[in-house]
Amino acid sequence: MELRRRIVDSFNGKWMLISLIILFILPLVIGTGLYLKSIPLLEHHSLRQLVFSTNWAPSRSSFGFWSFISGSLYVTLISFLLSLPFCLFAAIYLTQFSSRFLLRIMHPVIDILSGLPSVIYGVWGILIVVPFIGDYLAPALGTTSTGYSVLAGGSVLAVMCIPYSLNMLIEIFRTVPCGLREASLSLGATSWEAVKHVVIRGNYPGIIAAFGLGIAKAFGETIAVMMVVGNVVSNSFNPLDPAYPLPALIANNYGEMLSIPLYDSALMFAALVLFIIIVIINLIFRFLIHKTRKK
Amino acid sequence: MKYRKRFEELFFKIISALMTYALIAVLVFIIGVIFYKGISALSWDILLKTPKGGYYYGGEGGVLNAIIGSLYIASGATFIAMIIGMPAALYLNVYLMRYKRTQNTIRFLLDTLWGIPSIVYGAFGFAMMLFLGMNASLLAGIITVSLLVLPIMVRTFDEILSTIPKGLMEASLALGSTRCETAYKIMLKQGFQGFITAVLLCFGRAIGDAASVLFTAGYSDQIPVNLDEPAATLPLAIFFQLSSPIPEVRERAFASALILTTIILVISLSARLFSMRFSQTNIR
Repeated sequence: MELRRRIVDSFNGKWMLISLIILFILPLVIGTGLYLKSIPLLEHHSLRQLVFSTNWAPSRSSFGFWSFISGSLYVTLISFLLSLPFCLFAAIYLTQFSSRFLLRIMHPVIDILSGLPSVIYGVWGILIVVPFIGDYLAPALGTTSTGYSVLAGGSVLAVMCIPYSLNMLIEIFRTVPCGLREASLSLGATSWEAVKHVVIRGNYPGIIAAFGLGIAKAFGETIAVMMVVGNVVSNSFNPLDPAYPLPALIANNYGEMLSIPLYDSALMFAALVLFIIIVIINLIFRFLIHKTRKK
Repeated sequence: MKYRKRFEELFFKIISALMTYALIAVLVFIIGVIFYKGISALSWDILLKTPKGGYYYGGEGGVLNAIIGSLYIASGATFIAMIIGMPAALYLNVYLMRYKRTQNTIRFLLDTLWGIPSIVYGAFGFAMMLFLGMNASLLAGIITVSLLVLPIMVRTFDEILSTIPKGLMEASLALGSTRCETAYKIMLKQGFQGFITAVLLCFGRAIGDAASVLFTAGYSDQIPVNLDEPAATLPLAIFFQLSSPIPEVRERAFASALILTTIILVISLSARLFSMRFSQTNIR
Protein backbone atom coordinates (compact mmCIF):
# COMPACT_ATOMS: atom_id res chain seq x y z
CA MET A 1 0.00 0.00 0.00
CA GLU A 2 1.19 3.47 -0.79
CA LEU A 3 2.88 5.12 2.19
CA ARG A 4 0.84 8.30 2.23
CA ARG A 5 -2.39 6.42 2.14
CA ARG A 6 -1.25 4.24 4.98
CA ILE A 7 -0.28 7.20 7.17
CA VAL A 8 -3.53 9.04 6.53
CA ASP A 9 -5.38 5.86 7.23
CA SER A 10 -3.73 5.10 10.54
CA PHE A 11 -4.00 8.71 11.69
CA ASN A 12 -7.68 8.89 10.89
CA GLY A 13 -8.36 5.52 12.46
CA LYS A 14 -6.57 6.52 15.65
CA TRP A 15 -8.42 9.82 15.86
CA MET A 16 -11.73 8.02 15.56
CA LEU A 17 -10.84 5.75 18.44
CA ILE A 18 -9.53 8.63 20.54
CA SER A 19 -12.69 10.65 20.03
CA LEU A 20 -14.80 7.72 21.14
CA ILE A 21 -12.61 7.32 24.22
CA ILE A 22 -12.94 11.04 25.00
CA LEU A 23 -16.68 10.58 24.99
CA PHE A 24 -16.38 7.84 27.56
CA ILE A 25 -14.02 9.66 29.84
CA LEU A 26 -16.34 12.65 29.88
CA PRO A 27 -18.89 11.44 32.47
CA LEU A 28 -16.13 10.06 34.67
CA VAL A 29 -14.31 13.40 34.55
CA ILE A 30 -17.49 15.31 35.35
CA GLY A 31 -18.25 13.02 38.29
CA THR A 32 -14.77 13.10 39.77
CA GLY A 33 -14.35 16.83 39.13
CA LEU A 34 -17.53 17.65 41.03
CA TYR A 35 -16.62 15.15 43.75
CA LEU A 36 -13.15 16.66 44.23
CA LYS A 37 -14.72 20.08 44.51
CA SER A 38 -17.18 18.95 47.15
CA ILE A 39 -14.63 17.13 49.33
CA PRO A 40 -14.07 20.17 51.62
CA LEU A 41 -17.77 20.20 52.43
CA LEU A 42 -17.93 16.45 52.98
CA GLU A 43 -15.05 16.70 55.45
CA HIS A 44 -17.00 19.07 57.66
CA HIS A 45 -20.45 17.58 57.43
CA SER A 46 -21.83 14.09 57.23
CA LEU A 47 -23.62 13.07 54.06
CA ARG A 48 -26.84 12.30 55.92
CA GLN A 49 -26.91 15.67 57.54
CA LEU A 50 -26.27 17.40 54.22
CA VAL A 51 -29.05 15.64 52.38
CA PHE A 52 -31.74 15.43 55.06
CA SER A 53 -31.28 18.58 57.10
CA THR A 54 -33.43 21.61 56.25
CA ASN A 55 -31.15 24.07 57.97
CA TRP A 56 -29.71 26.35 55.27
CA ALA A 57 -27.48 29.21 56.43
CA PRO A 58 -24.29 29.43 54.39
CA SER A 59 -22.86 32.30 56.41
CA ARG A 60 -23.02 30.16 59.55
CA SER A 61 -21.73 27.24 57.52
CA SER A 62 -24.74 25.02 57.95
CA PHE A 63 -25.79 23.39 54.72
CA GLY A 64 -28.94 21.32 54.63
CA PHE A 65 -30.20 20.55 51.15
CA TRP A 66 -33.48 18.84 51.99
CA SER A 67 -35.77 21.81 51.35
CA PHE A 68 -34.22 22.23 47.91
CA ILE A 69 -34.29 18.55 47.04
CA SER A 70 -37.92 18.27 48.18
CA GLY A 71 -38.75 21.41 46.21
CA SER A 72 -37.30 19.79 43.10
CA LEU A 73 -39.19 16.59 43.75
CA TYR A 74 -42.47 18.43 44.24
CA VAL A 75 -42.17 20.45 41.03
CA THR A 76 -41.19 17.31 39.14
CA LEU A 77 -44.14 15.39 40.55
CA ILE A 78 -46.60 18.10 39.47
CA SER A 79 -45.11 18.21 36.01
CA PHE A 80 -45.32 14.43 35.73
CA LEU A 81 -48.98 14.38 36.72
CA LEU A 82 -49.82 17.13 34.24
CA SER A 83 -47.90 15.64 31.32
CA LEU A 84 -49.02 12.02 31.82
CA PRO A 85 -52.42 12.14 30.07
CA PHE A 86 -51.13 14.26 27.20
CA CYS A 87 -48.20 11.99 26.43
CA LEU A 88 -50.08 8.73 26.75
CA PHE A 89 -53.21 9.67 24.80
CA ALA A 90 -51.40 11.65 22.13
CA ALA A 91 -49.02 8.74 21.55
CA ILE A 92 -51.93 6.30 21.31
CA TYR A 93 -53.85 8.55 18.96
CA LEU A 94 -50.87 9.17 16.72
CA THR A 95 -49.83 5.55 16.41
CA GLN A 96 -53.25 3.86 16.35
CA PHE A 97 -56.08 6.11 15.25
CA SER A 98 -54.73 9.07 13.35
CA SER A 99 -54.39 9.63 9.65
CA ARG A 100 -50.96 9.73 8.02
CA PHE A 101 -51.50 13.40 7.33
CA LEU A 102 -51.82 14.29 11.00
CA LEU A 103 -48.71 12.28 11.78
CA ARG A 104 -46.82 14.26 9.14
CA ILE A 105 -47.92 17.50 10.79
CA MET A 106 -47.16 16.30 14.29
CA HIS A 107 -43.56 15.40 13.61
CA PRO A 108 -42.40 18.98 13.09
CA VAL A 109 -44.65 20.11 15.94
CA ILE A 110 -42.93 17.73 18.35
CA ASP A 111 -39.51 18.67 16.96
CA ILE A 112 -40.07 22.37 17.43
CA LEU A 113 -41.57 21.91 20.89
CA SER A 114 -38.53 19.92 21.98
CA GLY A 115 -36.16 22.34 20.25
CA LEU A 116 -37.46 25.54 21.83
CA PRO A 117 -34.95 26.77 24.42
CA SER A 118 -35.96 26.65 28.05
CA VAL A 119 -35.72 30.43 28.36
CA ILE A 120 -38.54 30.78 25.85
CA TYR A 121 -40.71 28.48 27.96
CA GLY A 122 -39.76 30.62 30.92
CA VAL A 123 -40.87 33.80 29.15
CA TRP A 124 -44.12 32.12 28.17
CA GLY A 125 -44.59 31.02 31.78
CA ILE A 126 -44.07 34.54 33.08
CA LEU A 127 -46.40 36.04 30.49
CA ILE A 128 -49.22 33.51 30.65
CA VAL A 129 -49.03 30.87 33.37
CA VAL A 130 -47.98 33.06 36.29
CA PRO A 131 -50.64 35.78 35.77
CA PHE A 132 -53.26 33.09 35.18
CA ILE A 133 -52.49 31.40 38.49
CA GLY A 134 -52.09 34.66 40.39
CA ASP A 135 -55.12 36.50 39.00
CA TYR A 136 -57.64 33.78 38.22
CA LEU A 137 -56.86 30.41 39.74
CA ALA A 138 -55.88 31.49 43.24
CA PRO A 139 -58.89 33.85 43.75
CA ALA A 140 -61.16 31.17 42.35
CA LEU A 141 -59.87 28.77 44.98
CA GLY A 142 -60.30 31.38 47.66
CA THR A 143 -56.62 31.96 48.38
CA THR A 144 -54.03 34.45 47.31
CA SER A 145 -50.85 33.71 45.44
CA THR A 146 -48.34 35.79 43.56
CA GLY A 147 -48.51 33.23 40.78
CA TYR A 148 -44.84 32.38 41.12
CA SER A 149 -45.53 28.93 42.46
CA VAL A 150 -44.88 25.21 42.31
CA LEU A 151 -47.90 24.83 40.07
CA ALA A 152 -46.53 27.37 37.58
CA GLY A 153 -43.15 25.60 37.55
CA GLY A 154 -44.85 22.25 37.16
CA SER A 155 -47.00 23.33 34.24
CA VAL A 156 -44.11 24.94 32.35
CA LEU A 157 -42.02 21.83 32.97
CA ALA A 158 -44.87 19.60 31.82
CA VAL A 159 -45.05 21.38 28.48
CA MET A 160 -41.28 21.08 28.12
CA CYS A 161 -41.19 17.38 28.91
CA ILE A 162 -44.18 16.30 26.82
CA PRO A 163 -42.31 16.14 23.48
CA TYR A 164 -39.49 14.21 25.12
CA SER A 165 -41.66 11.45 26.58
CA LEU A 166 -44.05 11.54 23.63
CA ASN A 167 -41.29 10.84 21.12
CA MET A 168 -40.19 7.79 23.06
CA LEU A 169 -43.74 6.53 23.53
CA ILE A 170 -44.45 6.83 19.81
CA GLU A 171 -41.31 4.86 19.05
CA ILE A 172 -42.30 2.16 21.53
CA PHE A 173 -45.92 1.88 20.35
CA ARG A 174 -44.76 1.57 16.75
CA THR A 175 -42.92 -1.64 17.55
CA VAL A 176 -46.17 -3.39 18.54
CA PRO A 177 -46.70 -6.01 15.84
CA CYS A 178 -49.68 -5.26 13.64
CA GLY A 179 -50.84 -8.87 13.73
CA LEU A 180 -51.31 -8.79 17.46
CA ARG A 181 -53.66 -5.84 17.21
CA GLU A 182 -55.49 -7.34 14.27
CA ALA A 183 -55.94 -10.62 16.13
CA SER A 184 -57.46 -8.74 19.01
CA LEU A 185 -59.76 -6.81 16.68
CA SER A 186 -60.87 -9.93 14.87
CA LEU A 187 -61.88 -11.49 18.17
CA GLY A 188 -64.42 -8.74 18.56
CA ALA A 189 -62.59 -6.16 20.59
CA THR A 190 -63.31 -2.53 19.88
CA SER A 191 -60.31 -0.59 18.74
CA TRP A 192 -59.95 1.07 22.12
CA GLU A 193 -60.01 -2.33 23.83
CA ALA A 194 -57.33 -3.53 21.45
CA VAL A 195 -55.24 -0.56 22.43
CA LYS A 196 -55.91 -1.11 26.10
CA HIS A 197 -55.10 -4.79 26.16
CA VAL A 198 -52.45 -5.11 23.49
CA VAL A 199 -50.66 -1.79 23.12
CA ILE A 200 -50.66 -0.56 26.70
CA ARG A 201 -50.46 -3.82 28.58
CA GLY A 202 -47.75 -5.26 26.39
CA ASN A 203 -45.55 -2.23 26.82
CA TYR A 204 -45.58 -1.55 30.52
CA PRO A 205 -41.79 -1.44 30.88
CA GLY A 206 -41.43 0.86 27.89
CA ILE A 207 -44.14 3.23 29.08
CA ILE A 208 -42.68 3.41 32.56
CA ALA A 209 -39.24 4.04 31.09
CA ALA A 210 -40.46 6.84 28.82
CA PHE A 211 -42.07 8.62 31.74
CA GLY A 212 -39.08 7.94 33.96
CA LEU A 213 -36.79 9.65 31.49
CA GLY A 214 -39.23 12.55 31.25
CA ILE A 215 -39.05 12.84 35.04
CA ALA A 216 -35.24 12.83 34.94
CA LYS A 217 -35.30 15.63 32.40
CA ALA A 218 -37.76 17.63 34.46
CA PHE A 219 -35.67 17.13 37.58
CA GLY A 220 -32.61 18.74 36.05
CA GLU A 221 -34.30 21.56 34.18
CA THR A 222 -33.03 24.90 35.39
CA ILE A 223 -33.81 28.20 33.76
CA ALA A 224 -37.47 27.79 32.85
CA VAL A 225 -38.37 26.55 36.32
CA MET A 226 -36.27 29.16 38.03
CA MET A 227 -38.11 31.96 36.21
CA VAL A 228 -41.59 30.94 37.40
CA VAL A 229 -41.23 28.98 40.62
CA GLY A 230 -40.54 31.87 42.97
CA ASN A 231 -37.24 30.70 44.46
CA VAL A 232 -38.31 30.97 48.08
CA VAL A 233 -38.17 28.07 50.50
CA SER A 234 -41.69 27.57 51.81
CA ASN A 235 -41.80 23.91 52.94
CA SER A 236 -45.55 23.71 52.44
CA PHE A 237 -47.60 21.29 50.44
CA ASN A 238 -49.75 23.93 48.85
CA PRO A 239 -48.96 23.94 45.10
CA LEU A 240 -49.76 27.65 44.99
CA ASP A 241 -46.81 28.42 47.27
CA PRO A 242 -43.34 29.05 45.87
CA ALA A 243 -40.51 26.56 46.11
CA TYR A 244 -36.77 26.56 45.60
CA PRO A 245 -35.56 23.64 43.46
CA LEU A 246 -32.00 22.38 43.53
CA PRO A 247 -30.90 23.52 40.03
CA ALA A 248 -32.25 27.01 40.72
CA LEU A 249 -30.17 27.11 43.89
CA ILE A 250 -27.01 26.43 41.92
CA ALA A 251 -27.84 28.92 39.20
CA ASN A 252 -28.91 31.73 41.53
CA ASN A 253 -25.91 31.74 43.82
CA TYR A 254 -22.93 31.34 41.54
CA GLY A 255 -22.08 35.04 41.92
CA GLU A 256 -21.57 35.04 45.67
CA MET A 257 -20.27 31.55 46.12
CA LEU A 258 -16.61 32.50 46.21
CA SER A 259 -17.06 35.03 49.01
CA ILE A 260 -18.32 32.66 51.71
CA PRO A 261 -16.15 29.73 52.84
CA LEU A 262 -17.41 26.28 51.81
CA TYR A 263 -20.21 27.85 49.77
CA ASP A 264 -18.69 26.98 46.38
CA SER A 265 -18.07 23.49 47.66
CA ALA A 266 -21.71 23.24 48.75
CA LEU A 267 -22.99 24.28 45.32
CA MET A 268 -20.68 21.79 43.63
CA PHE A 269 -22.05 19.16 45.99
CA ALA A 270 -25.55 20.15 44.89
CA ALA A 271 -24.49 19.67 41.27
CA LEU A 272 -22.99 16.30 42.19
CA VAL A 273 -26.23 15.20 43.83
CA LEU A 274 -28.15 16.23 40.72
CA PHE A 275 -25.68 14.43 38.49
CA ILE A 276 -25.83 11.18 40.47
CA ILE A 277 -29.62 11.13 40.79
CA ILE A 278 -30.14 11.77 37.09
CA VAL A 279 -27.49 9.33 35.91
CA ILE A 280 -28.99 6.59 38.05
CA ILE A 281 -32.55 7.27 36.83
CA ASN A 282 -31.29 7.38 33.26
CA LEU A 283 -29.30 4.17 33.53
CA ILE A 284 -32.28 2.26 34.92
CA PHE A 285 -34.86 3.45 32.42
CA ARG A 286 -32.59 3.44 29.39
CA PHE A 287 -31.83 -0.15 30.25
CA LEU A 288 -35.56 -0.91 30.27
CA ILE A 289 -35.96 0.76 26.87
CA HIS A 290 -33.04 -1.11 25.35
CA LYS A 291 -34.56 -4.33 26.60
CA THR A 292 -37.95 -3.65 25.08
CA ARG A 293 -36.33 -2.63 21.81
CA LYS A 294 -34.50 -5.92 21.55
CA LYS A 295 -37.76 -7.84 21.75
CA MET B 1 -73.09 -3.81 28.00
CA LYS B 2 -73.01 -2.83 24.39
CA TYR B 3 -73.73 0.79 25.18
CA ARG B 4 -71.00 0.87 27.80
CA LYS B 5 -68.54 -0.53 25.31
CA ARG B 6 -69.50 1.94 22.65
CA PHE B 7 -69.38 4.79 25.11
CA GLU B 8 -65.90 3.78 26.33
CA GLU B 9 -64.68 3.55 22.76
CA LEU B 10 -66.02 6.94 21.83
CA PHE B 11 -64.89 8.57 25.05
CA PHE B 12 -61.28 7.50 24.77
CA LYS B 13 -61.09 8.24 21.07
CA ILE B 14 -62.28 11.76 21.64
CA ILE B 15 -60.00 12.25 24.65
CA SER B 16 -56.93 11.10 22.79
CA ALA B 17 -57.77 13.22 19.74
CA LEU B 18 -58.26 16.21 22.00
CA MET B 19 -54.90 15.68 23.68
CA THR B 20 -53.17 15.50 20.33
CA TYR B 21 -54.75 18.66 19.01
CA ALA B 22 -54.04 20.33 22.35
CA LEU B 23 -50.33 19.83 21.71
CA ILE B 24 -50.57 21.66 18.39
CA ALA B 25 -52.58 24.37 20.12
CA VAL B 26 -49.97 24.72 22.86
CA LEU B 27 -47.17 25.13 20.33
CA VAL B 28 -49.13 27.72 18.35
CA PHE B 29 -50.04 29.45 21.60
CA ILE B 30 -46.43 29.66 22.83
CA ILE B 31 -45.04 30.89 19.54
CA GLY B 32 -47.98 33.25 19.13
CA VAL B 33 -47.42 34.81 22.55
CA ILE B 34 -43.70 35.24 21.94
CA PHE B 35 -44.30 36.83 18.54
CA TYR B 36 -47.14 39.02 19.76
CA LYS B 37 -45.09 40.39 22.64
CA GLY B 38 -41.87 40.61 20.67
CA ILE B 39 -43.02 42.24 17.43
CA SER B 40 -44.07 45.46 19.11
CA ALA B 41 -40.71 45.72 20.88
CA LEU B 42 -38.56 44.76 17.92
CA SER B 43 -36.70 47.46 16.04
CA TRP B 44 -33.54 47.83 13.98
CA ASP B 45 -31.84 49.41 16.99
CA ILE B 46 -32.29 46.23 18.98
CA LEU B 47 -30.93 44.07 16.20
CA LEU B 48 -27.96 46.21 15.22
CA LYS B 49 -26.72 48.06 18.30
CA THR B 50 -24.91 47.05 21.45
CA PRO B 51 -26.32 48.29 24.76
CA LYS B 52 -25.21 51.72 25.81
CA GLY B 53 -25.07 52.59 29.47
CA GLY B 54 -25.71 49.13 30.88
CA TYR B 55 -28.21 46.61 29.60
CA TYR B 56 -29.97 46.50 32.95
CA TYR B 57 -30.70 50.16 33.54
CA GLY B 58 -32.61 50.94 30.40
CA GLY B 59 -30.01 52.79 28.40
CA GLU B 60 -30.13 53.07 24.65
CA GLY B 61 -29.11 50.37 22.24
CA GLY B 62 -29.99 46.75 21.59
CA VAL B 63 -28.79 43.22 22.03
CA LEU B 64 -26.30 42.85 19.19
CA ASN B 65 -23.63 41.79 21.70
CA ALA B 66 -25.81 38.88 22.79
CA ILE B 67 -26.69 37.85 19.24
CA ILE B 68 -23.05 37.81 18.15
CA GLY B 69 -21.92 36.15 21.38
CA SER B 70 -24.53 33.43 21.01
CA LEU B 71 -23.57 32.79 17.40
CA TYR B 72 -19.88 32.57 18.37
CA ILE B 73 -20.53 30.16 21.22
CA ALA B 74 -22.97 28.00 19.27
CA SER B 75 -20.78 27.71 16.19
CA GLY B 76 -17.61 27.13 18.21
CA ALA B 77 -19.25 24.45 20.30
CA THR B 78 -20.83 22.80 17.26
CA PHE B 79 -17.46 22.80 15.53
CA ILE B 80 -15.71 21.08 18.44
CA ALA B 81 -18.57 18.61 18.78
CA MET B 82 -18.27 17.92 15.05
CA ILE B 83 -14.54 17.20 15.22
CA ILE B 84 -14.96 14.75 18.08
CA GLY B 85 -18.46 13.50 17.50
CA MET B 86 -18.40 12.69 13.80
CA PRO B 87 -15.41 10.30 13.91
CA ALA B 88 -16.76 8.69 17.06
CA ALA B 89 -20.07 7.94 15.36
CA LEU B 90 -18.29 6.59 12.28
CA TYR B 91 -16.05 4.39 14.41
CA LEU B 92 -19.08 3.04 16.18
CA ASN B 93 -20.68 2.04 12.89
CA VAL B 94 -17.69 0.89 10.85
CA TYR B 95 -15.12 -0.63 13.17
CA LEU B 96 -17.57 -2.01 15.68
CA MET B 97 -19.97 -3.30 13.04
CA ARG B 98 -19.40 -6.91 14.01
CA TYR B 99 -19.71 -6.36 17.75
CA LYS B 100 -23.44 -5.77 18.18
CA ARG B 101 -23.22 -6.03 21.93
CA THR B 102 -20.50 -3.41 22.32
CA GLN B 103 -22.38 -1.15 19.94
CA ASN B 104 -25.54 -1.36 21.98
CA THR B 105 -23.70 -0.78 25.25
CA ILE B 106 -22.05 2.31 23.82
CA ARG B 107 -25.37 3.64 22.56
CA PHE B 108 -26.91 2.98 25.93
CA LEU B 109 -24.15 4.94 27.71
CA LEU B 110 -24.39 7.81 25.22
CA ASP B 111 -28.13 8.06 25.77
CA THR B 112 -27.47 8.31 29.48
CA LEU B 113 -24.94 11.05 28.84
CA TRP B 114 -27.57 12.89 26.79
CA GLY B 115 -29.81 13.00 29.84
CA ILE B 116 -27.40 14.92 32.07
CA PRO B 117 -28.86 18.39 32.64
CA SER B 118 -27.03 21.45 31.40
CA ILE B 119 -26.67 22.98 34.86
CA VAL B 120 -24.39 20.08 35.79
CA TYR B 121 -22.24 20.79 32.74
CA GLY B 122 -22.25 24.44 33.77
CA ALA B 123 -21.11 23.67 37.31
CA PHE B 124 -18.48 21.28 36.00
CA GLY B 125 -17.27 23.89 33.51
CA PHE B 126 -17.01 26.37 36.33
CA ALA B 127 -15.00 23.94 38.49
CA MET B 128 -12.71 23.24 35.53
CA MET B 129 -12.30 26.95 34.90
CA LEU B 130 -11.20 27.58 38.48
CA PHE B 131 -8.89 24.59 38.30
CA LEU B 132 -7.19 25.91 35.16
CA GLY B 133 -7.16 29.48 36.43
CA MET B 134 -9.31 30.84 33.62
CA ASN B 135 -11.86 33.61 33.87
CA ALA B 136 -15.40 33.53 32.58
CA SER B 137 -14.74 33.81 28.87
CA LEU B 138 -15.84 32.92 25.38
CA LEU B 139 -13.45 29.96 25.32
CA ALA B 140 -14.75 28.49 28.58
CA GLY B 141 -18.30 28.88 27.31
CA ILE B 142 -17.49 27.18 24.02
CA ILE B 143 -15.82 24.22 25.70
CA THR B 144 -18.63 23.72 28.21
CA VAL B 145 -21.35 23.91 25.58
CA SER B 146 -19.42 21.57 23.29
CA LEU B 147 -19.40 18.95 26.06
CA LEU B 148 -23.14 19.42 26.36
CA VAL B 149 -23.89 18.89 22.67
CA LEU B 150 -21.36 16.13 22.04
CA PRO B 151 -23.63 13.20 22.95
CA ILE B 152 -26.43 14.73 20.88
CA MET B 153 -24.15 14.95 17.85
CA VAL B 154 -22.98 11.35 18.14
CA ARG B 155 -26.38 9.81 18.79
CA THR B 156 -28.21 11.73 16.07
CA PHE B 157 -25.59 10.97 13.42
CA ASP B 158 -25.35 7.38 14.59
CA GLU B 159 -29.10 6.92 14.31
CA ILE B 160 -28.89 7.57 10.55
CA LEU B 161 -25.63 5.67 10.03
CA SER B 162 -27.09 2.55 11.60
CA THR B 163 -29.81 2.43 8.92
CA ILE B 164 -27.31 2.26 6.04
CA PRO B 165 -27.39 -1.22 4.49
CA LYS B 166 -24.43 -3.37 5.43
CA GLY B 167 -23.93 -4.54 1.85
CA LEU B 168 -22.76 -1.10 0.82
CA MET B 169 -19.96 -1.17 3.34
CA GLU B 170 -19.05 -4.74 2.51
CA ALA B 171 -18.85 -3.84 -1.18
CA SER B 172 -16.49 -1.01 -0.40
CA LEU B 173 -14.28 -3.23 1.74
CA ALA B 174 -14.29 -5.94 -0.92
CA LEU B 175 -13.00 -3.45 -3.48
CA GLY B 176 -9.91 -2.98 -1.36
CA SER B 177 -10.54 0.22 0.56
CA THR B 178 -9.56 0.26 4.19
CA ARG B 179 -12.10 0.57 6.96
CA CYS B 180 -11.10 4.14 7.49
CA GLU B 181 -11.63 5.09 3.86
CA THR B 182 -14.93 3.26 3.90
CA ALA B 183 -15.94 5.32 6.90
CA TYR B 184 -15.13 8.71 5.44
CA LYS B 185 -15.82 8.14 1.75
CA ILE B 186 -18.82 5.84 1.85
CA MET B 187 -20.52 6.09 5.20
CA LEU B 188 -20.13 9.83 5.63
CA LYS B 189 -21.42 10.48 2.13
CA GLN B 190 -24.32 8.12 2.42
CA GLY B 191 -25.20 9.43 5.87
CA PHE B 192 -24.56 13.07 5.05
CA GLN B 193 -28.19 13.92 5.60
CA GLY B 194 -27.93 12.62 9.15
CA PHE B 195 -24.74 14.54 9.66
CA ILE B 196 -26.38 17.83 8.64
CA THR B 197 -29.34 17.11 10.89
CA ALA B 198 -26.99 16.39 13.77
CA VAL B 199 -25.04 19.60 13.20
CA LEU B 200 -28.18 21.73 13.03
CA LEU B 201 -29.67 20.03 16.09
CA CYS B 202 -26.47 20.69 18.03
CA PHE B 203 -26.43 24.29 16.90
CA GLY B 204 -30.00 24.81 18.01
CA ARG B 205 -29.35 23.22 21.35
CA ALA B 206 -26.13 25.20 21.84
CA ILE B 207 -27.67 28.56 21.00
CA GLY B 208 -30.63 28.05 23.28
CA ASP B 209 -28.93 26.75 26.36
CA ALA B 210 -28.66 29.15 29.27
CA ALA B 211 -27.69 27.14 32.33
CA SER B 212 -24.32 26.01 31.00
CA VAL B 213 -23.13 29.46 29.89
CA LEU B 214 -24.40 31.17 33.01
CA PHE B 215 -21.23 30.33 34.93
CA THR B 216 -18.75 29.99 32.14
CA ALA B 217 -19.27 32.66 29.49
CA GLY B 218 -20.05 35.55 31.78
CA TYR B 219 -21.86 38.60 30.44
CA SER B 220 -20.61 41.82 28.90
CA ASP B 221 -21.94 44.78 26.99
CA GLN B 222 -19.24 44.55 24.34
CA ILE B 223 -18.98 42.23 21.39
CA PRO B 224 -16.20 39.77 22.26
CA VAL B 225 -13.10 40.05 20.10
CA ASN B 226 -10.76 37.56 21.76
CA LEU B 227 -11.36 34.12 23.13
CA ASP B 228 -10.52 35.21 26.67
CA GLU B 229 -13.15 37.94 26.87
CA PRO B 230 -16.53 37.35 28.46
CA ALA B 231 -19.40 37.08 26.02
CA ALA B 232 -23.10 37.80 26.31
CA THR B 233 -25.58 35.21 25.07
CA LEU B 234 -29.18 35.56 23.93
CA PRO B 235 -30.79 33.28 26.53
CA LEU B 236 -29.00 35.07 29.33
CA ALA B 237 -29.89 38.44 27.80
CA ILE B 238 -33.55 37.41 27.94
CA PHE B 239 -33.20 36.08 31.45
CA PHE B 240 -31.41 39.11 32.91
CA GLN B 241 -33.45 41.74 31.12
CA LEU B 242 -36.71 40.12 32.11
CA SER B 243 -35.83 40.41 35.79
CA SER B 244 -35.32 44.13 35.45
CA PRO B 245 -37.92 46.42 37.04
CA ILE B 246 -37.81 48.87 34.11
CA PRO B 247 -40.54 48.20 31.51
CA GLU B 248 -38.37 49.26 28.54
CA VAL B 249 -35.75 46.69 29.44
CA ARG B 250 -38.42 44.03 29.76
CA GLU B 251 -39.69 44.97 26.33
CA ARG B 252 -36.17 44.39 25.05
CA ALA B 253 -36.22 40.95 26.65
CA PHE B 254 -39.38 40.11 24.68
CA ALA B 255 -37.70 41.27 21.49
CA SER B 256 -34.70 39.06 22.26
CA ALA B 257 -37.04 36.14 22.90
CA LEU B 258 -38.55 36.72 19.47
CA ILE B 259 -35.09 36.74 17.87
CA LEU B 260 -34.10 33.51 19.60
CA THR B 261 -37.37 31.79 18.69
CA THR B 262 -36.97 32.82 15.07
CA ILE B 263 -33.44 31.42 14.97
CA ILE B 264 -34.65 28.12 16.44
CA LEU B 265 -37.58 27.89 14.02
CA VAL B 266 -35.32 28.56 11.04
CA ILE B 267 -32.86 25.90 12.22
CA SER B 268 -35.60 23.38 12.83
CA LEU B 269 -37.23 23.91 9.43
CA SER B 270 -33.95 23.93 7.51
CA ALA B 271 -32.95 20.67 9.22
CA ARG B 272 -36.07 19.12 7.73
CA LEU B 273 -35.44 20.63 4.33
CA PHE B 274 -31.78 19.57 4.21
CA SER B 275 -32.51 16.05 5.32
CA MET B 276 -34.98 15.68 2.44
CA ARG B 277 -32.58 17.30 -0.04
CA PHE B 278 -29.54 15.24 0.79
CA SER B 279 -31.23 11.87 1.00
CA GLN B 280 -32.32 12.08 -2.65
CA THR B 281 -28.90 11.16 -4.03
CA ASN B 282 -28.38 8.23 -1.68
CA ILE B 283 -27.75 4.72 -2.95
CA ARG B 284 -30.62 2.55 -1.90
